[in-house]
Amino acid sequence: MRRLTPRTGALLVSTAAAALVLSACGGGDSASELDPNADLSQQTLTISNWAGYYPEDLAEKFQGAVGTPMTISNHATNEEIMAKLTAGGDSGFDVAFVSGQFAQALNEAGLVEQINPEFIPNLANLYPEAQELSYDPGNKFSVPYAWGTTGICYRSDVVEEPTSWNAILEPSAENTGKVTALATDRWLMLPAQKALGFSANTTDEAELEQVKQKLIAAKPGLLAYDDTTFYSRLVSGEANMVVAWDGWCNYGTAENPDIKFAVPSEGSDLWADTMVILKSSKNKEAAHAFVNFILDPANHAWVAENILYKVPNKTAMEQVAGLAETFPNMGLTPAELLKGESLVDLGDAAPKYSEIVTEVTSS
Amino acid sequence: MTAARSASGRGAARRRALNARAIFAGPGLLFITLFMTIPVVLVLVYSFFQRGRFGGVVWEFTLENYARAFEPVYVNVFTESLLIAGTTTVLALLIGYPTAYAIARLPQKWRTIALVLVVLPFWTNFLIRTYAWIVLLNSEGLLNRALVDIGFISAPLGLLYTPGAVIVGLLYAYIPLVILPVYASVERLDRQLLEAASNLGASRARVFFDITLPLTLPGAMIGAIFVFVPSMGNFVVPELLGGGKTVMVGNLIRDQFLETRDWPFGAVLALFVIALLVLLFALQAYISRRINGRTARA
Repeated sequence: MRRLTPRTGALLVSTAAAALVLSACGGGDSASELDPNADLSQQTLTISNWAGYYPEDLAEKFQGAVGTPMTISNHATNEEIMAKLTAGGDSGFDVAFVSGQFAQALNEAGLVEQINPEFIPNLANLYPEAQELSYDPGNKFSVPYAWGTTGICYRSDVVEEPTSWNAILEPSAENTGKVTALATDRWLMLPAQKALGFSANTTDEAELEQVKQKLIAAKPGLLAYDDTTFYSRLVSGEANMVVAWDGWCNYGTAENPDIKFAVPSEGSDLWADTMVILKSSKNKEAAHAFVNFILDPANHAWVAENILYKVPNKTAMEQVAGLAETFPNMGLTPAELLKGESLVDLGDAAPKYSEIVTEVTSS
Repeated sequence: MTAARSASGRGAARRRALNARAIFAGPGLLFITLFMTIPVVLVLVYSFFQRGRFGGVVWEFTLENYARAFEPVYVNVFTESLLIAGTTTVLALLIGYPTAYAIARLPQKWRTIALVLVVLPFWTNFLIRTYAWIVLLNSEGLLNRALVDIGFISAPLGLLYTPGAVIVGLLYAYIPLVILPVYASVERLDRQLLEAASNLGASRARVFFDITLPLTLPGAMIGAIFVFVPSMGNFVVPELLGGGKTVMVGNLIRDQFLETRDWPFGAVLALFVIALLVLLFALQAYISRRINGRTARA
């Protein structure tokens, strides 16, 4: 998943590798012993999050509250942080932000620490639904940070509310060349998969062939494949409808209230971005304290206000309920979100998806 | 005695010269070994193994990555890239060569100013300069607005997100790389040869085609390679100005490493581009040597 805010606007985000902590891997799947009396001010914390996906003064606030100095590194994509975390040895990170299906993979690879709920009392603030997500039921090794879905972001003053993915894939004459699709493999495929009634995780050859044909047929009607500047195309009037992640559509709405968000009737995905604690971390008490700090309703609400993405924290969302007036998709309920299909890691089928995307975009 | 001493003196001098050479060349060699030779060997090694689930490789030998590269979809991407990079290179030569020639003929003071102007764009980030083209070319952009407002066209033209827009972007980015080497070779040109030719009655066109062009051709070819190769590998311009609807080899390679996590296949694609680069440089060296040989004989 690739999300950058308009504030950073950077397409390529350079990431400072922060190798502050040197340690060997813990090994074993059991949770480490945590010291309840650890002096957190003596620990340091290095985290990696998507650029612009957290409040700018997060590090200062955390140090002020808990006493642990923190370094924040940025990544642009899940793949980028996965490459760092799986390169072997100690990545130097204590906490990493990755999407759910990637957290699942990291756990299978034995790289993440089991969450110790005793050190994170604020877990109780999560929606019950957010504690049973399919990639990690019971939040055993990951804690959700933000969640949402993919839909169509559109100019309500120019077009009717789109109800089907075909609004993008088979645009009407006046919308031809005025719609965009997302560029990243999974989300480029999603509209066609859903329009055809398939799973967003399908690996069935015949289904994928149909998806490919539909996407190839859709290409001439598209203005571009874009997952970085789509909302600004709506603002400028260059596009009427764009496939968008809910939170990112809000950046458009912030500039023009006529920009609205709709989830097509064929359904969509449910994604969750999570926090994981690395097994190689030498600062596990501070890492748990950080996760607990984020889940504090006041802090998580402050995160939601800053990034305009929904957070899976019931108390926090109640505090920022007013945001839904300006940004209606902030009001999507957990029940509505759960209608979406969770994306799982494709493993060996990933190159197949990539090949289809290449065939489509180079057709 | 004397002879022996002077012989040992010569030996010492030779050793000193060798030491000096090692000191001068050492850092460069070390740099090339560390940051070019070793990575290229790594790329070569990776290309023969299988994809790891989270990137990296599984150490099981396979040739399948090479076989995959010849599937029609990838051959098409290569062909399209060659066409786009080739067109860009030809246009860069057509525009860059006369520009460089004109600059080299300017009075000294203006020459410096002109050269500074040529490299000036490099002071701004490449990404920002590419975004600027979006502002210029998009359907609500400056150019379309201006054309509509003066009544030249009734509806905005679809200028952006086409292969043409990609070529414009690449041309803009890399044209200084033609101008500079051509300028250097025009400036180095022996004026006496040109004067001799005109004194002997050759027309200006004949002087240009028989003397100037062959002597500046090696420089122009270097410039062409400098434009062609990064054009093939560029993935930012196709993504931004091509709207992701034009896929070039650079995009393909980038995606193998950052999205699909298929390092071995990405390595194969990268090797093809490296091979092409080596081939082009060999060709350039061969032609330059022939030209130099001919002028030396003449």
